[in-house]
Amino acid sequence: MTNSSAAYVDGAVDYSTNIPNNIGLVNDARVLKALEQWHPGYLDWWNQMGPEGFQASDVYLRTAVSIDPKGWAQFGYVKMPDYRWGILLAPQDPNRLVNFGASKGEKAWQDVPGEHRASLRRLIVIQGDTEPASVEQQRHLGATAPSLYDLRNLFQVNVEEGRHLWAMVYLLQKFFGRDGREEAEGLLQRRSGDPDKPRMLGAFNEATPDWLSFFMFTFFTDRDGKMQLESLAQSGFDPLSRSCRFMLTEEAHHMFVGETGIGRVLERTCEAMKKAGIEDPHDTAKVRALGVIDLPTIQKKANLHFSLSLDLFGSEVSTNAANFYNAGLKGRFMETKIDDDHVLTNATYPVLKFVDGQIRMVDEPALTALNMRLRDDYVKDCQGGVGRWNKVIEKTGVNFQLKLPSVAFHRQIGEFARVEASPDGKLMTEADWIRMRDQWLPSSEDGEFIRSLMRPCWEIGQYAPWIAPPKVGIDSKGADFEYVAIHRA
Amino acid sequence: MIDFLTSPDTYRHWRLNFTGEIAELMMDVDENGGLFDGYQLKLNSYDLGVDIELSDALQRLRFEHPEVKVVILKSGKERVFCAGANIRMLGVATHAHKVNFCKFTNETRNGMEDASEHSGLRFLCAVRGTAAGGGYELALACDSILLADDGNSTVSLPEVPLLAVLPGTGGLTRVTDKRKVRRDRADVFSTLEEGVKGKRAVDWRLVDAVAPNSKFDATVADMAKTLAATSDRPGGLGVALTPLVRDISGDAIAYSLVRVDIDRDARRATIAIKGPGAAQPANAAEVQAQGADFYLLKLARELDDAIVHLRFNELDIGTWVFRTEGDPAHMIALDDMLAAHQSHWLVREILNFWKRVLKRIDVTSRSLAALVQPGSCFAGSLAEIAFACDRAYMFSGEMKGDNRPEARMTLSGLNFGRYPMSNGLSRLATRFLGEPQTLESARALIGKQLDGFDSDKLGLVTEAFDDVDWDDEVRIFLEERASFSPDSLTGLEANLRFPGPETMETKIFGRLTAWQNWIFQRPNAVGPEGALKRYGSGVKAAFDKQRV
Repeated sequence: MTNSSAAYVDGAVDYSTNIPNNIGLVNDARVLKALEQWHPGYLDWWNQMGPEGFQASDVYLRTAVSIDPKGWAQFGYVKMPDYRWGILLAPQDPNRLVNFGASKGEKAWQDVPGEHRASLRRLIVIQGDTEPASVEQQRHLGATAPSLYDLRNLFQVNVEEGRHLWAMVYLLQKFFGRDGREEAEGLLQRRSGDPDKPRMLGAFNEATPDWLSFFMFTFFTDRDGKMQLESLAQSGFDPLSRSCRFMLTEEAHHMFVGETGIGRVLERTCEAMKKAGIEDPHDTAKVRALGVIDLPTIQKKANLHFSLSLDLFGSEVSTNAANFYNAGLKGRFMETKIDDDHVLTNATYPVLKFVDGQIRMVDEPALTALNMRLRDDYVKDCQGGVGRWNKVIEKTGVNFQLKLPSVAFHRQIGEFARVEASPDGKLMTEADWIRMRDQWLPSSEDGEFIRSLMRPCWEIGQYAPWIAPPKVGIDSKGADFEYVAIHRA
Repeated sequence: MIDFLTSPDTYRHWRLNFTGEIAELMMDVDENGGLFDGYQLKLNSYDLGVDIELSDALQRLRFEHPEVKVVILKSGKERVFCAGANIRMLGVATHAHKVNFCKFTNETRNGMEDASEHSGLRFLCAVRGTAAGGGYELALACDSILLADDGNSTVSLPEVPLLAVLPGTGGLTRVTDKRKVRRDRADVFSTLEEGVKGKRAVDWRLVDAVAPNSKFDATVADMAKTLAATSDRPGGLGVALTPLVRDISGDAIAYSLVRVDIDRDARRATIAIKGPGAAQPANAAEVQAQGADFYLLKLARELDDAIVHLRFNELDIGTWVFRTEGDPAHMIALDDMLAAHQSHWLVREILNFWKRVLKRIDVTSRSLAALVQPGSCFAGSLAEIAFACDRAYMFSGEMKGDNRPEARMTLSGLNFGRYPMSNGLSRLATRFLGEPQTLESARALIGKQLDGFDSDKLGLVTEAFDDVDWDDEVRIFLEERASFSPDSLTGLEANLRFPGPETMETKIFGRLTAWQNWIFQRPNAVGPEGALKRYGSGVKAAFDKQRV
């Protein structure tokens, strides 16, 4: 991992500068200086708003050493503030084209086209804003980690979200002049949940109060992040595309943490129920008495996080999304794999809308329906994970299935913001909905119960009683590896 | 038919809340409450229907709530203040509707500034979320603008970069002339789609102050208090603006004091106005006791409605002919009484209202003619209508077989400055721009009933005709007028009606007519590949790059 040479080798990660990178920063004095000026503010932010209490502990983290998809990561103990946050872009393809929209077929842009400056900046700032936000939301979780393995996963997610912030800040500093510098500062000034300087998107101002929320967040909300990154990875603005493509390799781990986290909770609950001879999953009192989280509560948590994450896709029919696509800035999920003209000016797409008091499919111009399309892809992706969770339950013989709620359920943005619907999509009055709320979303009582289980379990190889150990650990280590060497000051 | 009559109990887009001397005017546009089909009023965007309610709310604040000193304009939506005029509406609207719409919204915003300057009703705009285009222009019409400093709230005029048009309600003029933003910064601002936020918005004078969310409401309250201290509104009871009585049947629109008769073949509307009767209030208290039934208030409301009705609903009717009937002496007496009590809040409101109605006439793109005939009542406040017209013809002498009193023009003190035009001058001062001595001669004749010969000699009318010539001259004028190109007439009239100095108001209307309306016609905006047509489709506009 030592690379003392100042000469930049194409594709390799250069660790000679303060800021590891694979973009030849050593030869770009202006941007290097700008980033070096931004760096102390970032560290201040990390120390103030990053994981609380573990900054001096050695954490078994992976660090990117190259961008080769096979061997890009290296594992080792690092103190988080010493983590080498850097700027890593997927390799440049000199022949890459703009693959969709009005400029389809042009060579991909290496600089920001003047006319798209505002739109691109906005896309990058919004994406960038989510990265530190999730670190802020999760900063208290270390205190109640159910194992060193989970603690390490939390921190891995955190440092990588931090690196994703760097990725977006690099784009702002490199390509957007003074405005970009101001926006880069702004990303450090906003704070999740702060009434005066809130993060830009609603879901990123919600608390992540417990580990179940954390797993749900990484499963549902980071998956929205994945979809957004996937569509930005299609961008005709090549540096953005390359940034996002590399971020996606890291994002996969975050969703893995969420999916396996919930999977392990389910496994533990079902095993405990079987062992105690409890057949009815809805007998929550009995299940809770076992010190595990009952399945209906897990369903409620899923309902909450799924609906909050759907809001992140914005309005189903969106002029902005249309403009971004047509301008070649933000594509669709798997854009280049889709078999159509990639221009979409004559196509339509079915959108679920609230029309004349009913929920109905309505054909909309495909360009304006891109948020809907991305959300559909997202729901499909979520469905896959929920299916795998149900396999975990099924294997234990417990008779219960988790379900994604209707997209009309509990929405604040888009077509269904003004209606109330049950998880199975039935419209209802607000009064009825409020009456049923605690059946469908976590109640304060549910929250208290979960909180009562959240006690730290920091012994090597030990796991809190409400969650099963993983089948295998990180970097082929076992479940009993010392993933975090806790330093108690 | 577009109906301009509304009242708070039927508003769909605005809410009024009163707390002592502070009123909250909350914009909460009903997405599905558009005036026409084919668009949704998303993000607190507005169409004419929204502005009709705003206009009505402002009138009620003035007349029904003399206790209100400060109006806090705010949004009822979470993350947006106001996104401006609805773009899809503009995309589907006819050119004529767009122009009329812009004119009406301008009149409403000018009315806000008038209310502050001349009626002591101050406006504080509390912007939380985005104030874009017409949303920011609404803020610009207020005395003070407070912007939330939350990283998201912005003010912007994105018309050029986003829509290939210009701000249509005085945005550019108010930015440079009212808020005195440096012109190069105004240039940057007006091409910045995403707008300006936070400290820079204050530094550039785009807003007066910013406040973080946690201090926003307290700052609003403080600023409102400060503004209230500058207001001389008296409190007490207001005057209820009771529903207008209007009967539209066939080609006639009948109010109690105003009657409109439309001659479709001649493309002409005759607007007949009844003068006041003999029994009129002797003082302000009696005016207040009569309330909405008081002559000049009732007339102003009726004529105002007739004007906007004809403007929007009768586009082919290119010439408006004004007639009056009544006893000039009654009108002069009434004017004298009003002049004597003009410091009373209600009298002040009524005179200001009549001033605005006259201004509406000034900026109406129709050929305007006044016919001063036997029995007519072009006196004082009513004579202003004749002075607002492009031409005024007067009957001179006796009309055979007509026992009505001979045609007279009569001036009152109110003709000499109480009803300024948008150029800041009275209609008489504007009329006699090149002969100030005539203005003084006219002043000496206040209260005198002037016949055709004297009126013509003084220059109060275009020409006076006697019995021999009257019918033919008037007929030929009207027929000839109707034969000209309506567009060139609109341009001609707008050019000639406002001699003399420029003010912010003349600039706003002049530039709206000249630039915005030109741009609104150009293919770059409204052609099949233009920005307004393509807005929202995701497809970019294609521009003809030639500079004109």
